[in-house]
Amino acid sequence: MANDEVILLDFWPSMFGMRLRIALAEKEIKYEYKDEDLRNKSPLLLQMNPIHKKIPVLIHNGKPICESIIGVEYIDEVWKDKAPFLPSHPYERAQARFWADYIDKKLYDTARKIYTTTGDEQEAGKKDFIEILKVLEGALGEKPYYGGDNFGFGDIALIGFYCWFHAYEIYGNFSIEAECPKLVAWAKRCMKRDSVAKTLPDQHKVLEFVKILREKLGLE
Amino acid sequence: MIHECPKLVGWAKRCMERESVSTSLPDQYKKNMGDEVVLLDTFVSVFGMRVRIALAEKGIQYEYKEEDLMNKSHLLLQMNPIHKKIPVLIHNGKPICESLIIVEYIDEVWKDKSPPLMPSDPYKRAHARFWADYIGKKIYDGGMKIWSSKVEEHKTANKEFIECLKVLEGELGDKPYFEGENFGLVDMAFIPYYSWFPVYKKLSNLNIEAECPKFVAWAQRCMQKENVSKSLVDPDKVYEFIVLFRQKIGVA
Repeated sequence: MANDEVILLDFWPSMFGMRLRIALAEKEIKYEYKDEDLRNKSPLLLQMNPIHKKIPVLIHNGKPICESIIGVEYIDEVWKDKAPFLPSHPYERAQARFWADYIDKKLYDTARKIYTTTGDEQEAGKKDFIEILKVLEGALGEKPYYGGDNFGFGDIALIGFYCWFHAYEIYGNFSIEAECPKLVAWAKRCMKRDSVAKTLPDQHKVLEFVKILREKLGLE
Repeated sequence: MIHECPKLVGWAKRCMERESVSTSLPDQYKKNMGDEVVLLDTFVSVFGMRVRIALAEKGIQYEYKEEDLMNKSHLLLQMNPIHKKIPVLIHNGKPICESLIIVEYIDEVWKDKSPPLMPSDPYKRAHARFWADYIGKKIYDGGMKIWSSKVEEHKTANKEFIECLKVLEGELGDKPYFEGENFGLVDMAFIPYYSWFPVYKKLSNLNIEAECPKFVAWAQRCMQKENVSKSLVDPDKVYEFIVLFRQKIGVA
């Protein structure tokens, strides 16, 4: 794969973009990172993702792959000789895909309510968020990773949210570690991996970003 | 069993190709080589229909169990405790949930049975997954806005729905199927909506044939496949179901 050209269109705080950054790092793939201004999307982004106009977009030898989970599977299939993300057993693959899909359907929108709403709506968002984390904690069980003994697909799908936990805790006024200690222990285990530690932005930087977002929404 | 001893099952299937063996073994041994496959579903579900088509394409025999979504069975709640939704495929007692995940599972487990449901090239696979995901996000929600809303809201809902259909029509282009020459994942994900089109027409006067003629030609091509036409539900039955549903939710 020496002549591969890989570009990632992304936005630094995006937990979806982080999935691809981690996946590329795990496979030791060299790529060009382009940070997008989402209020002023580049012609390249609009050309590469005309349907949704969203990041992240992986561009491999000029061809775009959109939607982060689809991108992670693509990376796993193309660079299949190194660090597989998905297990080989079809049933376990289906389970890994199920949990990535669960995270996509449930986590982001619920978490967003914690820092973009107030009052009863915020409290409901916080309650739902904790419930979802507890379900995810249950799915992890006693395993070190969602992938079992090895860091894998489910871990890649979820870990990007960890750098946002501090912001959720500040604005929701709660402790995620108190609610879900096993999940936080899992996150800290993942953070020992280079691919994760070098990818996730500092949680205080994310908090600053959320503060600016809230100012724009008139919540600060 | 297949996953515990794949070589042994591979040998058994090879033996089954000999007439002397296949005519001698009773039917239960021929049926899926010992697999027990159950599908929890609801007859009108566009998601369930995808799985029915996939199973038919692979020639998998299975037990179909119709769920009453107003009174979900203990089995459904046990097999899909997270979402409590259909379809659920239960393979040798283990549940697989979410229709597209089920279709990929079927393709992987029964990879020796043709046709393949997914392309082999990673880029084409990503492309198929993208469009199947688009259909799941846009078409279902768009259609739901029509059948679950009051008549006065239909004009906006129709317009949005047609816009999404036109995007898909653009992606289809002049190809016979979404992935080219062969029926595949995206076709499977989308064709179940064809049994709902007469419902949209009756409810909100949405004339899809007039708005998206290429799309209708594609749908009729898919319906010529027996595995598709026998997996889709009669549109009249869908309409009856929706009329009752709309009465129950108070929008009729």
